[in-house]
Order: sequence, then C-alpha cells, then structure tokens
Amino acid sequence: MSDAVIETALSTRRAFAARGWREWSGTMMLLALITRAKATAWLLIVPAVTLPIWIIGSERGWLAEQILPRPADVLHTLNEMLASGELAQHAGISLLRVLLGFAVGAGAGLALGAAMGLSRRVDDHVRPLFTAIAQVPALAWIPLAMLLLGIGETLKIVVIAKAAFVPVAMNTSAGIANVPRALVEVGETFRFSPLQMLRHVVLPGAVPPIFTGLRYGLTHAWIALVSVELLASSEGLGYLLVWGRQMFWLDTVLVAMIVIGIIGFASDKLLAAVEARLQRWRTDGV
Amino acid sequence: MASENIATPSATTALRRGLVLPLLLLVAWEIGSHSGLVNPQFLPPLEKVAGVAWQEVANGELPHALAASLKRDLLGFALGAGVGILVGLLLGLSSIADRIFTTWFNGLKQIALLAWIPLISLWFGFDEAAKIVFIALAASIPVILNTVEGVRSTSTKLREVGEVFRFSGPQLVWSLYLPAATPSVLTGLHLGLIYAWLATIGAEYFMAAGPGIGGLIISGRERFEMALVMLGIVVVGLVGFAVDRSASWIEHRLVRWRQA
Repeated sequence: MSDAVIETALSTRRAFAARGWREWSGTMMLLALITRAKATAWLLIVPAVTLPIWIIGSERGWLAEQILPRPADVLHTLNEMLASGELAQHAGISLLRVLLGFAVGAGAGLALGAAMGLSRRVDDHVRPLFTAIAQVPALAWIPLAMLLLGIGETLKIVVIAKAAFVPVAMNTSAGIANVPRALVEVGETFRFSPLQMLRHVVLPGAVPPIFTGLRYGLTHAWIALVSVELLASSEGLGYLLVWGRQMFWLDTVLVAMIVIGIIGFASDKLLAAVEARLQRWRTDGV
Repeated sequence: MASENIATPSATTALRRGLVLPLLLLVAWEIGSHSGLVNPQFLPPLEKVAGVAWQEVANGELPHALAASLKRDLLGFALGAGVGILVGLLLGLSSIADRIFTTWFNGLKQIALLAWIPLISLWFGFDEAAKIVFIALAASIPVILNTVEGVRSTSTKLREVGEVFRFSGPQLVWSLYLPAATPSVLTGLHLGLIYAWLATIGAEYFMAAGPGIGGLIISGRERFEMALVMLGIVVVGLVGFAVDRSASWIEHRLVRWRQA
C-alpha cells in the first residue's frame, strides 16, 4: 500500500513540478491526511462491531446490568462524575500521591544509584541488600507497610516511593558505571578534576539510561498507586474501583478504569517524547 | 571514580563487603526487638519469625498454600502464554489484524494491571476461575508484545527461502516464523512468568478465597501477626527469584541450542 502512496506522490510531484514547491507540499499534506484517515477508518472497525452488539445485548437483557451496563449508562455516569467534580477530585488525589511518592523514591534512587555507579566500594556494600529488597514487588510489601504505618497517607507515599526507587537506582548506577572508558580516558588526558569529570563526561553519558530509569519508575509508581488504593484508601481512583465493585456499579468501575488508562497513556507518551529528544541529543552530541 | 573502577577488587572482597549491611541490620533487629526499644509486635525477634516458619512448614500450612499459589500461577501462565502467542502471531503476520487491533491493544495495555481486578471479580466472581483469568491476562501482555516483535523481525532472506520452497500458510508459520521468532518469544515468556507471579499475589490479595501465599499474608495482617507477614514476603521473594532464575536458564539453553 505504501508503494502505491509513494507512486501517487511521485506522479503528482511530476504533474505539479511546473507550478512550484507550494502546491507540492500542499499535496504531500493532503496525502498524509489521507493516510491518517485510512488508519483511523481501520481503527473504527472494533467499535463499529462491538458497540452495536453491546447496545443491543444490554437493551434486550442478554446480560444482567451488573455484568454489563448499557454504554449510555457508562457515558451518563462519566458525564455526571465529571460535572460534579467527583472524578477530578479522585484523580487529583491519586495524581498528587503519585507525584509525591515518585519525587521521594526517584530522589532516593538517584542518590543511591549515583553513589553505586561512582564507587565500587559503595556498590559492593549495598548491592546484595538492594537486590533482596528489589526482589519483592511493592505489592507484596503493602501488608507489612500497613502494619507498620497504618493506612494513612504515609503508607501510600512509602509504597509508591519504593516502587519508583528500585528502577531509578538500578538504571542510574548502571548508566554511570557504563560510561564508555574511552570518554573517561579523554577526560583524564585533559586532567579533569572529579567535578569536571562528573559534569562533562559522566553525566552527559549517563543521562539517557537515567531517564529510562525515571520512566520505568513513574510507570511502577502508577501501578503501585492503584494497588495501594485498592487495598487501603478512602479516596482516589483505586478507591473508586473498590467502591464501584462493592456497590455492583459496573459503570463506575469502567469509568475509573478508563481514567486510569488515559492517565497512564498520557504520562507514558509524554515521557517517551522527552526520552526520544534526549536520545537524539546524545547521538548528535557524542 | 576512574581509579576505583580500574582496580577491581576480588570476588571475596565484594562478598565480604556485601555481608556487612545485612548483618548489621539483623543485629540491630535483634537488639531492637529484645531490648524493647521497638515494640516486638512491630518487629518480632528473628527466632520468632524462624519459629513461625518452622511451625507453618510442620503443620503443612505453608506447603499447602505454596502449592496452591504455584498451581494457580502456572495454570494462568499456560493459558496466558498460549493465547498470547496466538494473538502475537495474528498481529505480527496479518497487516489487517494489525491495523484493526494494535492501537486498541496498546490502549488497553495502559490500564494498570491491578485495576482489572474489580472488573474481573464482577464478571467471574472470587473463585479460582477469576484468579486464573487475571493471571492469564497479566502473562499474555508481554508474550503478545514480544511475539509480534519476533515475527516482524524475521529476515527477508528467510521469507524468500519459504517462497522458494513454496511453503503453505501453516507450514510458513510453523517451520519459518515461529523458529525465527523463538528468542523474542522466549523473552516474552520469561517476562510473562514474572508478571504471572506478581498477578498471583495480587489476585490472592483481592480475591481472598482459598489457600495461597497472598491469602496467608493478608490473614497475617488481619490478625496482626507480623512474623507470618514477614514469612509470606520472604516466600514471595524467594519464589520470584527462583522463577526468574529458572526462566533465564531455560531461555539460555534453548537459544544456545538454536544457534548450535
């Protein structure tokens, strides 16, 4: 299919060559638009098939409302919760928790990871204990943390921080330890001081892996947030899920899932875009 | 940094250094719980944790829970891996399926895994079936992603060989695409195993019917038995470690065999 597109593009280019560049670029935009529209049309097949079945099925009562509510009900609940500000409130609380927990965990992870990457001695001392703690997922730590910290805000921050801490520390230490020897030697030739070495050699080389760690850290923090809110919370998106589950309000459950998915999707896309920029900068710079 | 990294200390030095912190921690733990500096309810002495471990093993509670968890884990994984490979092959081989489904799959993938539990428990109840469905869902995601990647990266040269031999559709999949995608599929299965274990614990936390390690931890928390909770966490970590290691080992062997 793409061959056909290129072929069309080439022939239109020939045709428009006399009229100049402006028309040509306009045609390219049109072609890009057509490709986009085609991709969207393919995407719409899934809802075009499932939505009618869902609507007809729920109208005729093939499945109980507690199993599958009508799409209109889900939309209605979504609208209502948006209008009343309930959804924004729960999402806001969850976001705040993630950001706080992530800041604490990522900060600690950066510090420990840098120390481990820079010094063999620190790495040797800390690595076994760190691995042991990392081996147990944040989810499994929650009951223990609940006994120690109660079910207040501290619990959420600690669990989320732990989830973010592990990948950040791991990638930071690996990123710093793996800065190419050749670059370090160049720095030595220039007789860089340790501070200069850190600023001009180690950090620029280690930024992309560190950022990868931060990205994983945020993903893990988000998953940990949902877990801890499911287990012990009276507000937030995870609580919305539990509450909807208890009341058999499947529309509320679905709305909460959609919001969790959208936030996860948006933050992942954002960080991927930043990461792509950083990687490009590295290949250009080094 | 540079000078320290050049003079690599021997393995024994690393081992000796690595033991310092854990030992200090254990000593502080013992002192803390025996001296009454820390409430022993929060920090039971080590020998108490060991005692609980022994008791749970002796009365058969722990082996029973562990067996139930592992069975669930493996059943869910097998289901998820099977479905995952099929879906991965479909998305990787058919450009129509890819155009229709991939974006939707990527969207669904963004929903944090545990957020599926309330929906699954509404649809499937709290029984074994619900847990296995959830574990299968968790395991299938990395398997699908890696199978698609493996199939897509099959070299054009191999595809041309298939054309020369006039392979039929199923023959192409079975004797060309699947073998070529094996390393990538194995990576997916490895990740799937890790996800499945995590999902097993999650499923047992939230759908707390029937025996299991997750249930053991939850009941320890409800009865405020810190030693039991700690024991459960150690078992979760050890099983996770063992699963990861054996998957690495199998993956390594299979890929080596293929290259030989």
